Amino acid sequence: MTVMQRLLGASAVLALSAGTAAAEPALIFDLGGKFDKSFNEAAFAGAQRWAAETGDSFREIELTSEAQREQALRRFAEAGANPVIMTGFAFGSVLGEVAPDYPDTKFAIIDMVVDQPNVRSVVFNEHEGSFLVGMMAGLKTETNTVGFIGGMDIPLIRKFACGYAQGVLAANPDANVVANMTGTTPAAWNDPVKGGELTKAQISQGADIVYAAAGGTGVGVLQVAADEGIFSIGVDSNQNYLHPGSVLTSMLKRVDVAVYDALTQGTDLETGFNVMGLANYGVGVALDENNEAIVSYDMLAQVYAAADKIVSGEMMVHDYMSDDSCPALEF
Amino acid sequence: MDVMPKWADALLIPLISIAIAFVISAGVIVAIGEDPMAALNTMVTGALGSSYGWGYTLYYTTNFIFTGLAVSVAFHARMFNIGGEGQAMLGGVGVALVCLFIPFPHWSVALPVALIGGALFGAAWAAIPAYLQAKRGSHIVITTIMFNFIAGSLLVYLLVEVLKPPGAMDPATAKFAASTHLPTFQDMFSFGEKPAFRGAPANVTFFFALVSCFAVWLLIWRTRLGYAIRAYGHSEPAALYAGISPTRIIMIAMLISGGLSGMMAINTVMGEAERLVLNSVEGAGFIGIAVALMGRSHPLGVLLAALLFGFLYQGGAELSLWTNVPRELIVVIQALVILFTGALDNMVRMPLEKLFLLFRRKQPEPATTSPKPAE
Repeated sequence: MTVMQRLLGASAVLALSAGTAAAEPALIFDLGGKFDKSFNEAAFAGAQRWAAETGDSFREIELTSEAQREQALRRFAEAGANPVIMTGFAFGSVLGEVAPDYPDTKFAIIDMVVDQPNVRSVVFNEHEGSFLVGMMAGLKTETNTVGFIGGMDIPLIRKFACGYAQGVLAANPDANVVANMTGTTPAAWNDPVKGGELTKAQISQGADIVYAAAGGTGVGVLQVAADEGIFSIGVDSNQNYLHPGSVLTSMLKRVDVAVYDALTQGTDLETGFNVMGLANYGVGVALDENNEAIVSYDMLAQVYAAADKIVSGEMMVHDYMSDDSCPALEF
Repeated sequence: MDVMPKWADALLIPLISIAIAFVISAGVIVAIGEDPMAALNTMVTGALGSSYGWGYTLYYTTNFIFTGLAVSVAFHARMFNIGGEGQAMLGGVGVALVCLFIPFPHWSVALPVALIGGALFGAAWAAIPAYLQAKRGSHIVITTIMFNFIAGSLLVYLLVEVLKPPGAMDPATAKFAASTHLPTFQDMFSFGEKPAFRGAPANVTFFFALVSCFAVWLLIWRTRLGYAIRAYGHSEPAALYAGISPTRIIMIAMLISGGLSGMMAINTVMGEAERLVLNSVEGAGFIGIAVALMGRSHPLGVLLAALLFGFLYQGGAELSLWTNVPRELIVVIQALVILFTGALDNMVRMPLEKLFLLFRRKQPEPATTSPKPAE
């Protein structure tokens, strides 16, 4: 009897919560998990900022299985979640199939382009931001050798590396860029130990600044850089606070802004192709109290000048993904 | 030996084990401040409450049937095949190669060829550890688990360097041609306006899994070969004395086992993703061990245990969709079920056996002496 009552009560509560959930937006994190101190966490931060400002709530799920990609998309769409936001290029092919089935639901995908009328595709000009941090590295280096450590070896990460190398060479034509990738599988996004080992290897090759574009792996890169007394550059979120005085700067990729904007627009989400670059503050360089002592005024002046030129179109940073090649770096 | 009746061994022990696992899971859910009854309700309605839920549950079940049967067949020959994961990965390669490079006119032609492809690759991957065990005495547990890692590396190499279409970011093959797509439950069972099993990945492979259950039962209990496998499993010296070649039995049992694991790829690679992705197996090879243990290596038991784990997978997914139970906790619940049904089997069995013994002693004397007068 009592068990029955509790069961009924529980299902009533569930029905109620399902009812209120109808208009909630939803956020789907890829297999990497949401607390990676980098890409996914930036998305989570954006959603939290929106929730704190509006007092509304959002649904979220961290995937545990490939088959759940489509499942999560369909379930949220069927439950009336709108918009449905997902982080990561791996959703591309699934979203392309699911989106036409739910024409009244708006979807937003970050880091991938899906050509459907109800999808907002947000991509970033990572090469522009990487160019700026590359300039800072080129100006700061004393050994004329700087390092780059990527996560998974995909065109997107090569785009980071290529922009970075161009920036380094623009500021310091004598410099040498050492680039390594952590791996070729998604596991490379979450391997701080290997990140640390690669950092040590680059230090032994003379690098005194390393730029990590590797998700959770970057935590290990930054740690070893701090331990070994060299500079590092963080990525996606502002990671300056992780090791003040050692993290030279962070290449900000404002995934949080993309998520925040999508949530703010809500069901009126503007669909289509959305590029976030220097011009609309989608990428940038992090400056705060943690790194003001190690960034000189002269360095900043040059970086800002370059940023202005990029925004005005006077200077072009080569995008690796436009032709799968890089003039400044051999892979 | 037989202190317990058969029904208690086959049903009571797994049920008590599951009950204990659920009680402890409920405790964990309470500890993080969620309502365990609501959580259970979410899992049950999410996994079994709609045709959509069943579509996912049966999709996972299909995987676990294949890997569970694979482990069972090897078990009967006293071989502990923990290489199901790697064998299924290689099976995926076989299925993908067939689907990518042979132009099929229709799925009904593609399915048997892909089945052979998957089974051959899976069996080939099991053949090496089997040979090493049979001829060199290298322990099958060690070799098969190491072969899982080799399979993983091989798969990465194939996907990243060979099969990935140029310019793509995902380490995955191109999409298979539409003519190889298997009919899903939605295609098969949707009549009228409202589609059933909407979007669920369960497909025609499920019925093939059921056929496989029956075929394994036939093989193990109704054929000469099955008898030889069981005889070898019970006692190697006795089997040798009866003229059964251990080498032959080890090789055949492991080849069948690897082939069954490889056929799992039909469901995930050909049925669900319709392309080969890096983690298409997702631990189903290991779950197969728990399924076989729980199912007492009997096809019917495997089927039921696979259904339970399918329910846990799909229910877990629903739980993380609609509640704040973190995904790690769902793994904890699954692990508890595995722990109690597989590893801690004796914890339930021993007290239960004592209980049955106690119960039997209280019976009046004739119950135990009655067979005697027949002499």
